[in-house]
Amino acid sequence: MKTIMVCLKRVVDYNVRIRVKPDGSGVVTDGVKMSINPFDEIALEEALRIKERGEAEDVVVVSIGPADIQQQLRTGLAMGADRAVLIECNEDISSLTAAKVLLKCAEKEAPDLIVLGKQAIDDDCNQTGQMLATLWGRPQATFASKLELSGNVAKVTREVDAGLEVIEVDLPAVITTDLRLNEPRYVKLPDIMKAKKKQLESVAIADFGVELSSKVTAGNWETPASRAKGIMVNDVDALLAALKEKDLV
Amino acid sequence: MSHVLIIAEHDGSQLNSATAKTINCAAGIDNTELHVLVLGSGCDAIAQQAAEIAGVAKVLVADRNENAVPLAAVLAPQIAEIAAAYDYVFGPSTTFGKDLMPAVAALLDVEQVSDIMEVTGPRSFKRPVYAGNAILNAEVAEGTKVVATVRTASYKAGPTGNSAHIEAISSTAALPSHTRYVELQSEAAERPDLQTAKLVISGGRGVGSKENFDIVYKLADKLGAGVGASRAAVDAGYVSNDMQVGQTGKIIAPDLYMAFGISGAIQHLTGIKDAGTIVAINNDPEAAIFEIADIGLVGDLFEIIPELEQKL
Repeated sequence: MKTIMVCLKRVVDYNVRIRVKPDGSGVVTDGVKMSINPFDEIALEEALRIKERGEAEDVVVVSIGPADIQQQLRTGLAMGADRAVLIECNEDISSLTAAKVLLKCAEKEAPDLIVLGKQAIDDDCNQTGQMLATLWGRPQATFASKLELSGNVAKVTREVDAGLEVIEVDLPAVITTDLRLNEPRYVKLPDIMKAKKKQLESVAIADFGVELSSKVTAGNWETPASRAKGIMVNDVDALLAALKEKDLV
Repeated sequence: MSHVLIIAEHDGSQLNSATAKTINCAAGIDNTELHVLVLGSGCDAIAQQAAEIAGVAKVLVADRNENAVPLAAVLAPQIAEIAAAYDYVFGPSTTFGKDLMPAVAALLDVEQVSDIMEVTGPRSFKRPVYAGNAILNAEVAEGTKVVATVRTASYKAGPTGNSAHIEAISSTAALPSHTRYVELQSEAAERPDLQTAKLVISGGRGVGSKENFDIVYKLADKLGAGVGASRAAVDAGYVSNDMQVGQTGKIIAPDLYMAFGISGAIQHLTGIKDAGTIVAINNDPEAAIFEIADIGLVGDLFEIIPELEQKL
């Protein structure tokens, strides 16, 4: 296959302790570490492995967001992507809008495979890949933990509630990644230097002609109710006594 | 009067309990009529089970061979066609619903509200974001169809005893052949289902090996409990993926959750926040799990589990 398109989202790093702003308008992101959504990193790793096996020629990483997402795209290039497309957008957009913009991108790049995370760890929506596949009129294989390519078909093992489901999809297709698909590589310093020379194309989101406003808007944000402080017990007898008191055993 | 279409989840013979929970969520929207859509093949018994759930006004059955397996690419066009006449389309936030509903939303050209945990108005819904570390009030504009998934751990299944009208429905939607079901690899389900079990015993990295998990199973069997695991235990190959509890695994709400050798990453904690009582056993007194546990015990799980089993 020729091209694999990988979608990367910039999110608050998974190690950051999230705090809701006192005025309920969102979460604190000023001065907070930002990273590639971990599921998208897995998506990129998978694309790179496919290319390294000689089964693809070109890996392009695409991201939508403010100019700062350049950092995450450069990380993607340092991991091994061949080129990057930065779709500059300074407002919050929904998964549907993102899917419509990515579709325009897919129409231009004509990839055989689009790989992205099953969800972003900020909004936890778990929508974009499915919407993109549907709008593109192509198959989706979500929550992938194993991907095998043979000719024009991808055999995908999916992590579902009942176990592991195996499906086959014709290419081109959209794959969304689950945690156990692979373990992404670490970026080495020389690769970061090399990545600076790779092509990073910037496009304004307005150029895609997609309506950006959303019919589902974010109202107030809240901090979740915390659980009442618990007790510590010293031994099994005390534990059993506490459980019996609550009528649980 | 608004009309809600609820997409039933089933395994070909049984209605999944997530469906009843989704119905219960939708029942929280004022002045609505609830219809359940069962897509399947030879699914009369499932339709019957759906018709028994309180609050359901009608069950629609789309019975065709192609619906024998749950492929989003096949089900979504049929649902989108039927959904044209509805104000709301709800599905469970299980892997079935998560896979399917965004495809339905895209076909209807509307945005989706994921993981409703509370209905706060006819068009406003609370949902968790950032692994449950923040709650967002999502508001859907007037005149827009509401497509949503329901966080089933936030709802209980309502009562049964109803006998709603069952109606066959056919769709003219063109179905693609680009996606083919191969198989489901499933561990034999000999223990209570994690998502409905009242008691869940869970093991983490601290359990140490696949063989060591036997003591967790033994305790679970003595209590009639379901067995869960942390991501670390699944990644290490101690147990299968369908046992993972947390942000990207199963979100559960048992009456009692007992965590053995689980450190308590926020991604795990988000999966158990709705449990009635959380018990944590860990040899590290600093483990994060103790911050949300109702009852904590610092100690060696390999001594505590056998002692518990013996004294129960």
